[in-house]
Amino acid sequence: MQRFLVRRFFLMIITLLAVSMIIFVMARVGGDPRSLLLDDHATKEQWELLGEELGLNKPLYHQYAIFMSGVLRGDFGESISQRRPVLEVVAEKVPATLQLGGAAFLLALVVGIPLGVMSAVLRGSALDQIGRAVALIGQAAPSFWLGIIFIFFFAVYLGWVPPSGRQDWNSFILPTVTLAWGGFLAGSLRLMRSAMLDTLDSEYIKLARAKGLPSRAIVWKHAFRNALIPPLTLAGVSMPAILTGSITTELVFAWPGMGQLAVQALWSSDYPLIQGLTIMFTLGYVFIALIVDVLYAYIDPRIRYL
Amino acid sequence: MANATVLSSTQPVIVRALRAIARWRRPVLIIPVIILTSVVVAGITANWISPHDPNVGDPNHRLQPGFWGYEPTPPVIVTKEVVAVISPSDIELQKTQITEYNARQIDPNAVIGDKMDVVVREGIDTFYILGTDHLGRDLLTRIIHGARVSLVMAALTLLVGGTMGTVLGLTAGWYGGWIDEAVMRMVDIILALPLILVALVLVVALGPSFQLIIVIMAIAIWPLFTRVVRGEVLRVKTADYVALAKVAGAGTIRIMFVHILPGIANSMIVVATLLVGVVILLEAALSFLGAGVPPPTPAWGSMLSEGRDRIAVAWWISTLPGLAIFLTVLSLNLFGDWLRDALDPRLRQLE
Repeated sequence: MQRFLVRRFFLMIITLLAVSMIIFVMARVGGDPRSLLLDDHATKEQWELLGEELGLNKPLYHQYAIFMSGVLRGDFGESISQRRPVLEVVAEKVPATLQLGGAAFLLALVVGIPLGVMSAVLRGSALDQIGRAVALIGQAAPSFWLGIIFIFFFAVYLGWVPPSGRQDWNSFILPTVTLAWGGFLAGSLRLMRSAMLDTLDSEYIKLARAKGLPSRAIVWKHAFRNALIPPLTLAGVSMPAILTGSITTELVFAWPGMGQLAVQALWSSDYPLIQGLTIMFTLGYVFIALIVDVLYAYIDPRIRYL
Repeated sequence: MANATVLSSTQPVIVRALRAIARWRRPVLIIPVIILTSVVVAGITANWISPHDPNVGDPNHRLQPGFWGYEPTPPVIVTKEVVAVISPSDIELQKTQITEYNARQIDPNAVIGDKMDVVVREGIDTFYILGTDHLGRDLLTRIIHGARVSLVMAALTLLVGGTMGTVLGLTAGWYGGWIDEAVMRMVDIILALPLILVALVLVVALGPSFQLIIVIMAIAIWPLFTRVVRGEVLRVKTADYVALAKVAGAGTIRIMFVHILPGIANSMIVVATLLVGVVILLEAALSFLGAGVPPPTPAWGSMLSEGRDRIAVAWWISTLPGLAIFLTVLSLNLFGDWLRDALDPRLRQLE
């Protein structure tokens, strides 16, 4: 167990180092990093000052050390488009993204798991076919396309919900459904169904049936609990992926979160902002993955040896 | 029939796949195969079959609906003045003027300065099957050319990422030890990266380009190849025929590429098929964000984003390219699932 934890922890550190390395190198491959980090109207003094701060006259490894110490202190420089510290700009967008991601995650679990179980139990029924269609659409349709269609139909045509923004509770509905459906709903449904089918086919379930246990008890008490492990593992793995999936969803629904910020940074070529965002995103991403890993190793001891 | 089955196991995978398709064990599969074939044919013949130019729009026909909203305008009679030349850019003048040459086609006695009544029939040349976008470009043409962009991107990505992943997977599986460890940790790191964001960093730093997108997507998919290839190599490595090849004096490179690689071709074909869909979706997402192929190249993802703000006035601009992505990826997934079941059921556990 300890060895497993140490290993996962190292992987997290190395991933963060890899991302910081990419960002550091990318700022320098085009020549002077200052041309990316400052806007076109920067004065000569600002230019010199930044060169001094970045240690541009020092060797490359020294520059990297300066960059990393800045990152560790939470200093990601100043956003070009907003003229404020990157940390400040990103911090105020975090809650919106976490709310949307959390809501989508819950929705995917609440819909995907029961639908997967029922699909397996009632194999071949109409419900199973519906489940299959939901999964196929979720895996093949770009989530931003689903989002646009939802906006057209439910917001523009029917006028039931607001088309974009984050105001009342009803502005949550469309982005949440989009992110969940295009995200991990399909995966959890499929995995739950196949895990449930496998379990229902096992010897101990046959024994339970032979004993004459009621079908409801067999399904929910005996089979369901054991079949839950694969979809839960996927849920953990998907949690960070939901963060990335939120980039397109936030753009479609003008959701004021980190994803929309990333797109704005792209469109305004705001390198300080996109680098800060990416590092913070990665940090959240690997941190969640680490916690999930540890939880699973605790729930299912077999994972420790993977 | 029994004879055919025995024979088929020694035949190349593609022959077996074609045979299985010919036998139609799953009739539902015919629809995905038809869709995929049309996408490929459309992509290859885009220049010949498109009705219009993908990048040149007609400013007179912006946001025009397609067959669903097409109303042919009744012919009208307009009095036009016969002139020597008409400026091709002046749309307004074209409505009241006609060239001497054209006028003579109608009335051989027409001369410059005459006024003549002309029957104007709008419709035929302004009919767009799937409508036009905000610049008056034909949507069908752009979707056809978009198929080409998607196919070329997917093919190049699979070529680069697949080669890289296969070589690394072969090496890791064959040598084991620290090489294996190093390669697999690299796989872990790539899979732990928030790839879309890293892609955005690269695009902001280097500017969007065709090559950059291919590199980014290749980096995203090689670990998936490596995982499968490595696993398969571990399985095949201990087979008798590999040991015999070694005894016969074959070198490592020869064993890897001549003996092991054909033995694992089935799984690689299945993985590649399923990954084409992943690559198309990734490319669409990057183009949608504005980090993909630079405009005006008609990529499905960027067409979708162009229509996003106009969804209330012209729903087709976003909806139809998205439908193209959806149908293509759906067909690929259905076809890939079937291919996996037919060729290599063991891969099921990859899900």
